[in-house]
Amino acid sequence: MTAVAQSSGDDQDVRASKVTIADVTFLADLSGALFWQAQRLLIVSDLHLEKGSSYARRGVLLPPYDTLATLSRLTAVIARHDPRMVIALGDSFHDRDAHERLSISNREVLAAMQARRDWIWISGNHDPALPSDLGGVVASEVAIGPIVFRHEPTGALGEIAGHLHPKARVATRGRSMERRCFASDGERAVMPAFGAYTGGLSIRDAAFAKIFRNAGLMAHVLGDSRLHAISASRCY
Amino acid sequence: MPPSAPLTPAPSETADLLPRRFRDWFAARGWSPREHQLALLARARDDHSALLIAPTGAGKTLAGFLPTLVELSAAPKSAAEKNLISIGSSVKRTGGLHTLYISPLKALAVDIARNLETPIAEMGLPIKVETRTGDTPASRRQRQRRYPPDIMLTTPEQLALLLSSDDAPFLFSSLKRIVLDELHALVTSKRGDLLSLGLARLWRLAPQMRAIGLSATVAEPESLARFLVPQCDGRQVSADIVVAGGAAAPVVEMLDTKERLPWAGHTARHALGEMYQLIKHNKTTLIFVNTRSQAEMLFQDFWRMNDDGLAIALHHGSLDVAQRRKVEDAMAAGKLRGVVCTSSLDLGIDWGDIDLVINVGAPKGSSRLMQRIGRANHRLDEPSRAVLIPANRFEVLECRVAIDAIAENAQDTPPLRIGALDVLAQHVLGCACGEPFLSDELYSEVLTAAPYASLTRADFDDVVDFVATGGYALKTYERFARIKQDKQGRWRITNPKVRQSYRLNVGTIVEEAMLKVRLVRGRGGGAGSTGMIGRGGRMLGEIEEYFIEGLVAGDTFVFGGEIVRYEALVEDQVYVSRSNDRDAKVPSYMGGKFPLSTYLAERVRKLLDDRRQWNALPEQVRDWLSLQRDFSRVPAVRELLIETFPRGGKHYMVCYPFEGRLAHQTLGMLLTRRLERARARPLGFVANEYALAIWGVGDISHMIRHGKVDLAALFEPDMLGDDLEAWLAESALMKRTFRNCALISGLIPRRFTGEEKSRRQVLFSTDLVYDVLRKHQADHVLLRAARADAAAGLLDLKRLGDMLSRIQGRIIHRELEHVSPLAVPVMLEIGRESVHGEAADELLAEAAEELVKEATG
Repeated sequence: MTAVAQSSGDDQDVRASKVTIADVTFLADLSGALFWQAQRLLIVSDLHLEKGSSYARRGVLLPPYDTLATLSRLTAVIARHDPRMVIALGDSFHDRDAHERLSISNREVLAAMQARRDWIWISGNHDPALPSDLGGVVASEVAIGPIVFRHEPTGALGEIAGHLHPKARVATRGRSMERRCFASDGERAVMPAFGAYTGGLSIRDAAFAKIFRNAGLMAHVLGDSRLHAISASRCY
Repeated sequence: MPPSAPLTPAPSETADLLPRRFRDWFAARGWSPREHQLALLARARDDHSALLIAPTGAGKTLAGFLPTLVELSAAPKSAAEKNLISIGSSVKRTGGLHTLYISPLKALAVDIARNLETPIAEMGLPIKVETRTGDTPASRRQRQRRYPPDIMLTTPEQLALLLSSDDAPFLFSSLKRIVLDELHALVTSKRGDLLSLGLARLWRLAPQMRAIGLSATVAEPESLARFLVPQCDGRQVSADIVVAGGAAAPVVEMLDTKERLPWAGHTARHALGEMYQLIKHNKTTLIFVNTRSQAEMLFQDFWRMNDDGLAIALHHGSLDVAQRRKVEDAMAAGKLRGVVCTSSLDLGIDWGDIDLVINVGAPKGSSRLMQRIGRANHRLDEPSRAVLIPANRFEVLECRVAIDAIAENAQDTPPLRIGALDVLAQHVLGCACGEPFLSDELYSEVLTAAPYASLTRADFDDVVDFVATGGYALKTYERFARIKQDKQGRWRITNPKVRQSYRLNVGTIVEEAMLKVRLVRGRGGGAGSTGMIGRGGRMLGEIEEYFIEGLVAGDTFVFGGEIVRYEALVEDQVYVSRSNDRDAKVPSYMGGKFPLSTYLAERVRKLLDDRRQWNALPEQVRDWLSLQRDFSRVPAVRELLIETFPRGGKHYMVCYPFEGRLAHQTLGMLLTRRLERARARPLGFVANEYALAIWGVGDISHMIRHGKVDLAALFEPDMLGDDLEAWLAESALMKRTFRNCALISGLIPRRFTGEEKSRRQVLFSTDLVYDVLRKHQADHVLLRAARADAAAGLLDLKRLGDMLSRIQGRIIHRELEHVSPLAVPVMLEIGRESVHGEAADELLAEAAEELVKEATG
C-alpha cells in the first residue's frame, strides 16, 4: 500500500493524491472522484441526484438545489481532468423515479458533460433500472484490466465500489472533525459518496471489516485543500 | 418591612378584596395577606393584567393564584355547565378552563399543584386543579380536553399543542386568567417567543383573559410588562407593575483568602480549605459553580478532604434523574450540609433552610448572582448571606464590581428578545393544524405578541411561504406543499400527516445530543469504537455527544464525581472505567455557560481605570495591577489596549476588550484571517472573558512599527462584512446555530410518526443543507433566522460590533520585551483550553503524522 502526496508544486496537483489499488495507480481527487490517468478514466460514486425532491415528496422540504450543486462539482472535476470516459458507480439517482424529476436545465448540464466522452451508468440499489434517454450506457459492472467496478462491494481483489459512503472521524486534543474519505487497503477500495446530500458511514463500521479483512486499511480523508492518509484504526 | 404607601389597602378594602373564608384561613395559619398579594387582587378586580416582581420566598405563587381562587370560590358553576363536554369542533360549547398556569419546569408545575391543594382543601373550595405535562398519561390528557379542570398547570410546549387542536376554542374561550411563572427566565429564550405567540392566540380566542406575570427582579420591568398585554399599532402597552417590597438586603462578601491567588483557571482549588470551613460552620450551604465539570471537580476535591464526614452532595443537570431526586429529598429533609450545584438549582422549588450561598468563580451578571443568593434563607425579614470565591485575579475584579452592583440593586438582565423567525414558522404550522387562517388576520394577531410587535409583513409572508413549500426561489415544490390556500384564501394543511408531524415536533428546546455514560471494568490497552466490551455497567448519567467526539480511547475526564477513562462508544452508550489518575487528561471546561454581562464588564473597566477604587481590592491584586501600570499600561475605560511581545520563538498579540468569551472567540477568528492576509502568519489564538491572545510566526511588533500592520485597519468594524461571511461558511458554531433553526422551524423533523428515533439520529445532516442553501439562496429565511441567532448567541456579533465601534480611534499599542502581568492569565489558558484557529487540514495532518512516527519508530 502506498499513499504519497504529490510533491509537485503545481497547485492543481495538490488537489489529488496517488493511491495504488491492485498495482494500478490512481489519483484520488479532493472532490471525491477517482482518476485513472493511464486510461483517462474518471470514476464518481453515489451522486444521489434528486435526493432533495425525494424527501420533499414525503413532506421534508429540503432545498431543491442539491442536483445542481452535485452536477456543478462534477462539471468542475471533469474540466480539470478531461477524461475520455466517466463511470458513475451506482446510486446516481436517489430513487427509481428521480430521473423523471430532473429539470430541463440540469439535463442540459448533464448532456454537456457527456459530450465528446464515453459515459457509463452502473446501476445501484437506489437506481436499479435506469432509462436509456439519459445519455451513456447502463451496466451492472465494468472490468478494465485488473480492476472491476461495481456498486456494492464484495471484497474481491481489484474491486472499486461505492454504496457504503465511507467517512472518517478524527480526534486530536479534544477537538474532532468528520470528513468523507476513500477507504482502501491497497488491494480494493470503496469510494466516498459524491452527492451534495449524501451522509456517511464510519470507516470503523462492521460493514468495512467484512470487505477489508487484512490490516492496513487506510482512510484517504478529504480535507479542505488536500487529502490526508490516516490509518483507519486511528479514526472513529 | 417598609410599607410602600400606594400598595397598602385600607383595612376595609382588604375585606373587599378577600372574602371572609380566605381571611379566616390566613388567620388560622397565623398569617396576614401580604401587600403585593392584595395589590394583585385589586388589579384583578379592576380587570387589569399585572406583573409581580418579587424576590424568592415572598409568597409569589399564592399571590398569582389568589385572584383565581377568590373568583372561583364566589361563583360556583351551575351543574348544567359542568356537564357540558367537547364532542367535536363544530359544536359550540362552554365550560372550559378558568385559569392556565405556565411554568418553565415540569417539576415546578407538579410542585405548585401540590401547594395549591392545601388552601383549596382547607377552605373547602370547589376547585379542580390538574397538571398537564409531557409525562401526563394519554388517557388523562384525552379526558382533560373533554372535561377540563378549573385550573390547568402546564408548560409552553403543551399550550402550543392544545392551541393546535380542534378543542382549542372550547378549552380557551372561557379563560379568565393566565399565570406565567418565572417569566424573567422564560422570556430570554425561544420558549418565550413560542409562549408569546400562544398568548397572542389566546387573546383572540378569549379577549376577556388577563395575565399575571411572576418574575424575579429585572433590569427593565416595563419591557417585561409589555409581554403580558396585546401590543397594538406599534404603541407600547404594558401591564401594571407590582413590586413586592420588604426583602432584607443580602449580606455579600468576597472571600479574603489567606492563600496565593491564582493567575488563571476556574477551579478555585486554592480556597478549598476555606470553603470547607464555611460549610462546616453553617447548617446548610449551597455551593454554586458555573459548569457541570467544575461541579464535578469541586465535589471530588471536597470528598478527598472530608475528614469530618460532612454530608456533601452533588447536583447538576446531566446526573441521572433518580440520583438528583435523592439529593433533592435529602436536602428537603435537612440531611445535607452542603450541595455543589450548577444553574440546575437556579430556579424553582423551595429547599428547606439554606443559610449560606457560596458562589465559586465569576458571577457573570449581577441579576443572576442575586437570584442565586436569594436561594439562601427564604425568610424575607432575614438577610440572605453569600460568599463569593474568585478563582483568579481577574475574577476578583468581577466579584468586587458585582458586590457593588448588588448593594445598589443594579440589574443586568438582558432586554426582551426580538421574536425568532424559526419559532414563528413552527407557530404558523400549528395554527394551520387548528383552524384554517387568513394571512392578514394571522399577521395582525402575531403583531400583538410583544417580541413580534415589529415583525415586517415581508418577513411574515416569507415564513408562511417557508411553511408551505420551503420558501425557495426555485419553485419546484408546489405539489408537495404542506399548507395550501383554499378558494377563500384560507391556509389549511394538505393532509393529516402534517398535523401528526407538527405534534411530534412541537417545542423550541433542541437538546444537545446526549449519550449515556456507563461504568465498566477497564480493559487496559487497545482502542476503538466497535470492539467487544462488557455490556451493562452502572449508569452514571448523560454527557454531550460533541464532548465525547473529541476523545480518543484512553483519555481521562471527570464525570459523576470521579476521574474516568474513556473506553468505547457503542451506539448511544459511552463506556468508561475507573481511572487512578489524579488529574483528568482532557479538560472539559467549556467556559461559563453565560458570558460576562456587558454591565459588569463596563464596571470592571471603570474599576481598573479608577486608581482610588483599587484600595478595596486584596493586596495581591493591587500589586498585580501596579506592576502592570509600571511595565505597560492599565487600560482606560473606553480604550482598547493591545500588547505585543515575543516569547519562546513566537510572537504574541494580546488585547483586552472585556466583552466575554464568545465575542472574543469570534474576534479571534476574524483577526487571524486578517493577519494571515497581512502575512503575519498567525498560528492560533485563545480567548477568555477579558482578553484575547493571538500568536504567530511573523514578528508582529516589527510589522506594526514599520506600518505593515495598521492596528486601526485591523480592528475596523468592516471585519463584520466579508471576513465574517467567509468564516461563517466554515464555522462549526454557525452550523450548530443553523441546525437549531432547521429543527425548530420544522424543515427537518426531529421525530417521525411511528418511529421514535433516538435523539442521536437526526433524519438528515443539517450541515449538508446549510452548505447547499448558503451557496444557492443566501437570503433564505432560515439563514436569516440563523444569522439573527448567531448575532445574539454563540457568536455574540452584536457585542463585538458595539465594541469595535466604541474603540475606533482609541487603540493604544504597547510594544513589550516580554509578557505583561495583565497578559499572564490569558497566556496561561494556552494548553488548558482547546486552541482555535487551526484549520481542518492541520488537524488531519497531525493525525497522519502520528502514523509516520509509528512507521519510522
